[in-house]
Amino acid sequence: MAIRRRDFLKSTAAATASLVLPRFARGAETASIYDIERFGNARILHLTDTHAQLNPVYFREPSVNIGIGEMAGRPPHLVGHAFLEHFGIRPDSADAYAFTCVEFEKSAGRFGKLGGFAHLKTLIDRLRGDVGDKHAMLVDGGDLWQGTGLANIMQGRDMVEVANLLGIEAMTGHWEFTYGEQVLRDNLERFKGEFLAQNVFLTEEAAFNDAAAFDKATGRVFKPSTIKELGGHRVAIIGQAFPYVPIAHPKRFTPDWTFGIREEELQKHVDALRGADKVDAVILLSHNGMDVDLKLASRVTGIDVILGGHTHDAVPQPIAVKNAGGTTFVTNAGSNGKFLGVLDLALDKGKVSDVKYHLLPVYSELLKPDPAMAELIGKLRAPHVTDWSEKIATPDRLLYRRDNFAGPIDELICTALRTELDAEIALSPGFRWGVTALSGQPMTMEDVLAETAITYPETYVQEMTGAEIKDVLEDICDNLFNADPYYQQGGDMVRAGGLSYSCNPTNAIGSRISELKLANGKALSAARRYKVAGWASVNGQQGAPVWDVVGKYLRSGRMFQERLGSGVSLRGVDGNPGVAG
Amino acid sequence: MTTHTGPHPTRRLILQGAASVALIGLGNLPLTPARAAANDKYPEEAFKLKNEADAIKALYGKTAEPSDKIKLDAPEIAENGGVVPISVTTTLDKVTSISFFVADNPNALAASYKIPDGTIPAVANRLKMAKTSNVTAIVEADGKLYSATKEVKVTVGGCGG
Repeated sequence: MAIRRRDFLKSTAAATASLVLPRFARGAETASIYDIERFGNARILHLTDTHAQLNPVYFREPSVNIGIGEMAGRPPHLVGHAFLEHFGIRPDSADAYAFTCVEFEKSAGRFGKLGGFAHLKTLIDRLRGDVGDKHAMLVDGGDLWQGTGLANIMQGRDMVEVANLLGIEAMTGHWEFTYGEQVLRDNLERFKGEFLAQNVFLTEEAAFNDAAAFDKATGRVFKPSTIKELGGHRVAIIGQAFPYVPIAHPKRFTPDWTFGIREEELQKHVDALRGADKVDAVILLSHNGMDVDLKLASRVTGIDVILGGHTHDAVPQPIAVKNAGGTTFVTNAGSNGKFLGVLDLALDKGKVSDVKYHLLPVYSELLKPDPAMAELIGKLRAPHVTDWSEKIATPDRLLYRRDNFAGPIDELICTALRTELDAEIALSPGFRWGVTALSGQPMTMEDVLAETAITYPETYVQEMTGAEIKDVLEDICDNLFNADPYYQQGGDMVRAGGLSYSCNPTNAIGSRISELKLANGKALSAARRYKVAGWASVNGQQGAPVWDVVGKYLRSGRMFQERLGSGVSLRGVDGNPGVAG
Repeated sequence: MTTHTGPHPTRRLILQGAASVALIGLGNLPLTPARAAANDKYPEEAFKLKNEADAIKALYGKTAEPSDKIKLDAPEIAENGGVVPISVTTTLDKVTSISFFVADNPNALAASYKIPDGTIPAVANRLKMAKTSNVTAIVEADGKLYSATKEVKVTVGGCGG
């Protein structure tokens, strides 16, 4: 512990300097990274994509996060040392550990886990207290209710209780929708804050059948925005839910609702808030993903700051985007409770005159857990935790998910699927949630659930031709690398087990994927049919839940015994700083 | 144009329905024109052609130039390729017809509307799309053709963050 404290102190100077906008850089003499100099008259605290991780976690940031076209080489598409250099973070510092994959395993031992809602509660209360309640608010960008076995079995009710104790005043959603309308509405009944979404509308059929909506005239299902008085000024928070819920997830969860980016409706709403409602600031609480937010900021006018999420990008400094009406700052606040965004605003009549932003890593070893939150978490976990605490395996390597194409967690899931379901090829979704497990640390069923807990976990085995497999890969690859961010859905490439291929992200759809080979080295034939196993299908499936399949495989003690025969060779991205050197 | 069935149509939807103008055809399924202007012949040839440029030529006998006075509203990514909502409004004067083309559908011409004099040039339609394609709206105004194009992606579904 003494060594750890020294490590933190050593890194503090670099950390504080790197966390603020250069133009507002303060002295490096500040003792604690959580002592934030008072600035302006309103403070908005921003959490996003915590994925229900109640306790502190290890989470390795990606070593492959490629940006194509205009997005090449600019945040958030910088990884490893390129990221550190861009943001001026010292390689062996605590910040380097929090924000990048550089020497992750070594640093995990030094700096420990991040996040945890009891730790977040302590930090949030402190940052609210520093400015006073009339000057502060707490918002959540969604993906709060999903990501653990507990959240799955409780259908997000655990997270509503936690959100209420934490004091979340406004939120928007993404995975929240995958519990279906009834559960969503029941949870929102209990939620003390407001659920905001300007971009969710009734389908025409649902409107015709008089389905429930916040505003029947516009068809908006939810309240689009809220206005809060902060420091004597009126601040509007607009919610922007994930635009592609019925496409990225089974449509059966949201049959009556239609989504989309809805730029035009957003612009009208911003104009109304600025006009009739005479607000002094407009903040977009967005689950678009960062590339989409950057494009939106260049086209929609009148938004001061976009507090972004979805793509799990931990970006220390806001990106200033010019548009016809002025400048919009775009942020993205990472995932899994690792970070807390702190937006300080200097508000004047009808405008934001200055902003200051910090993305604070939530170092659990520097924060005392809040007793009331720790008690609530204990109470929520108690009925289920013993069922899931059995140690079922001990990994012999670092297990992580986040990377554009592959990660050891998904190699493990694919191997389990192929082995248990006797398939030649396995496909596993490119989710960006799911925590990191250190080598040599025992794994439990709770850990497996933290990688797999969704509301459509059923596995499947089906026959697909080589041509169909290639089409699926091309289609999903375009979700990542379409040159126009509005055609991207976020998330990463589908993971393939028993199949290797080459990918040139810079090509167009249909010509990115080539050299497909089976595990035995044979080329994939376009006409032949292959047995393919998978899970998380948008179509209804009947197989056992993936966590049972993975659990069974792990209990057999064969972890990683089979040769994987997977792998993606990248083409056309030499020198791209979205690939760690 | 959408068809509403059910016991209690709301006033708003009735009005919306009334605002839709004459539908001449929809994809491969020619429907009886609801209120087509008199003497307009069903453009059978144009609906049969596969290629977009050929269909435009068959329907209008001329080519279109892109115009920023046409607002084409369509999703970037379709929630359901079978029913893709699309709508067009325009600030062009003297509009006489509006047509929709899906370049990569088996037959490119999806629908064509005659706009009677004095009608607000705004139409909404649903398109059936087998795969990702450019969708083009052609507006005929004062004897000239103008166009707006947007790509609509039809995807097998990815997985979000």
